Amino acid sequence: MQPKLSLLTDNLIQRILDEAFQLMLKPGIKVQNAEARALLKSAGAAVAEETLVVRIPEPVVRKALETVPRQFQLYDYEGEPGVQYGGEAVHFDPGSSGVAILDPDTLEHRDAQTPDLIRVLKVAEQIPQYDAQSTAIVCTEVKKEIQDLYRLYLVMLYSRKPIVTGAFTNKTVHQMIDMLAIFAGGREALRQKPRAVFDVCPSPPLIWSNFGADNLISLARAGIPAEIVSMPLAGAAAPVTLLGAVTQHAAECLSGITIHQLAQAGSPIVWGGAPSIFDMRKGGTPFGSMETAMIDSSYAQIGKSLGLPTHAYLCATESKLLDMQAGLESGMGALVGALSGINMISGAGMLDSLLCQSPEKLVIDAESIAMAQRMLAGMLIHTETLATGFYEGIDFKGGDFLKQRITMKLFQKEQHVPGAVIDRDSMRGWKESGSLDAFERAKMRVDQLLASYTRPELDPVKVAELHAFVLDLAKQAGMDALPSHELSPAVV
Amino acid sequence: MAETEELYKQMAQSIIDGEAEQAVALAQKSIELQINPLDTITKGFVTGVSYIGEQFGKGEAFLPELVMAGEAMKAAIATLEPELIKLGQAREVLGRVVLATVEGDIHEIGKTLVGTMLSASGFEVYDLGVDASAEKIIGKAIEVNADLIGMSALLTTTMVRQREVIEELDKEGLRPRIKVIVGGAPITKDWAEKIKADGTSEDAVGAVKLAKQLLGKE
Repeated sequence: MQPKLSLLTDNLIQRILDEAFQLMLKPGIKVQNAEARALLKSAGAAVAEETLVVRIPEPVVRKALETVPRQFQLYDYEGEPGVQYGGEAVHFDPGSSGVAILDPDTLEHRDAQTPDLIRVLKVAEQIPQYDAQSTAIVCTEVKKEIQDLYRLYLVMLYSRKPIVTGAFTNKTVHQMIDMLAIFAGGREALRQKPRAVFDVCPSPPLIWSNFGADNLISLARAGIPAEIVSMPLAGAAAPVTLLGAVTQHAAECLSGITIHQLAQAGSPIVWGGAPSIFDMRKGGTPFGSMETAMIDSSYAQIGKSLGLPTHAYLCATESKLLDMQAGLESGMGALVGALSGINMISGAGMLDSLLCQSPEKLVIDAESIAMAQRMLAGMLIHTETLATGFYEGIDFKGGDFLKQRITMKLFQKEQHVPGAVIDRDSMRGWKESGSLDAFERAKMRVDQLLASYTRPELDPVKVAELHAFVLDLAKQAGMDALPSHELSPAVV
Repeated sequence: MAETEELYKQMAQSIIDGEAEQAVALAQKSIELQINPLDTITKGFVTGVSYIGEQFGKGEAFLPELVMAGEAMKAAIATLEPELIKLGQAREVLGRVVLATVEGDIHEIGKTLVGTMLSASGFEVYDLGVDASAEKIIGKAIEVNADLIGMSALLTTTMVRQREVIEELDKEGLRPRIKVIVGGAPITKDWAEKIKADGTSEDAVGAVKLAKQLLGKE
């Protein structure tokens, strides 16, 4: 039995949804995209063109909810299913769009560039706890016009896993879909077996920006999965109460789903978010706080009550270093997310409120995730009797059970055997291994993973086509060439 | 005299408590008692704002208290303004500030907070809201003869716009007369230096300090 965290009673779920539907009528949803307003209007919503506020009646939303797929999958490069959205499946992926990277030697958070994203990709590619890659870093040395799609380009070259990504503009979302289609063998093949899901963000409170709404429409029509990342900031851009923030989240997601399904009924979309409480001392967004995790867990419960696939941002920290704060915040977030049955949990590897990525943190977070996954597996019944069968011929000695064949057979099913990042050594053994702390051990593990990485075998024709496509866009943005790296065309 | 002192204390307290209605009532009372409105502001209300600012700096007051104090201050000043005009006096304006979140960015919590604190501290603030183009920001700065421009960006994709505004100001020869401060989650001191801004601050209280410093009003 998969253990489950439920913070809301059925009654409370109904109250939240009821108030979310009320919010969509009053004050309504501000929709800054004309096409989205037209879609909503034709479905029966009342549009005030001067204020851009749309009042969406409940039946319009209910109808949209009927056509949303309950589940869908993301596929890897070879077209094998790798991520299950919907139901109780739980997956993790590295946090997305960091602008800085933790320099493991100087501990500086420096501007991230191509080699940094490649390091993240190589590490995450080999860690089984990450079922998907993400476009984890914005490479600051490329022109901003192509920064979103350039991340995807590197992920496609260095990984074969499914991808969590997102576009920064109305134009690039189409280009990014085209890039994925090159590898999938056309847009229709991509639609059949999508490799990536695209994050789309409403703006709190209750706004669908021109960009956000346009992305919803584009993705719906292309049949590529969209993932709503609603970000109520409890106490600033959302009510201070956690339940108030969950209700706003529901209204933002429901209105987004309505726009999306009106553009193309049946297109896949995820009930997701990156909410946070608002820190009243520093004005920051503490993604590592327990209250943030509680908002995530609760909205996931709402999404599940509607039968929708879910996503959340957890497993992140405000800490700037890989210290105890980073560990406790990330670990608790991972556990709450997993116990909430959230299909995709993004955020691993992130420091400093999602601004800074760290491959070393990805390695440590993988251990938190493994622990959470072990918890999810629950208490397993492996044997006919729970205990009595183990005692036949027992001699009242301490090591008796170690000699049993069943111990050898079952221990790896009962115990997660941690990697070398987790220290369980004796004091003497620990000293002999250099008296290293978790961060130092993580640095060593990253070095090992970078050394053991092998690049995926990709179709060179498709790679050449992808490169030409991206190079062309780079040139249009005013770049002479793309940054060179080991899988640049000359090397491939 | 003691009564006036007591009134000043109550005014400061109304700001500390973030009680706009109370602040307005006290401002009205000061008018009835014919207390000089400038004294009312500096000896009464400003004391409250300074106190909250200090407490915030120490981590003992929180953002909601800061915002409510700023709002109460605004309400008190608005009540006193007609009186100031009548007396032909003007509250010393520390400087005129144009504030905006840059083009393509719609995040404004931090920027609005800075605006509240700046106006509570005696600056004249023109808040252009969000998604403001370089043209709009600079146009407003020229129109109101601004001393300072404050630009916010939350997104790494939009922070580059801050540089564009600064370059444009340089081109028009408006600097160093107009100072420029930048802020937002991804904004660092390095970034501020790199784009040749005059400074940046982590929070609204620091932004007020920085603004005073840049305009020589410490």
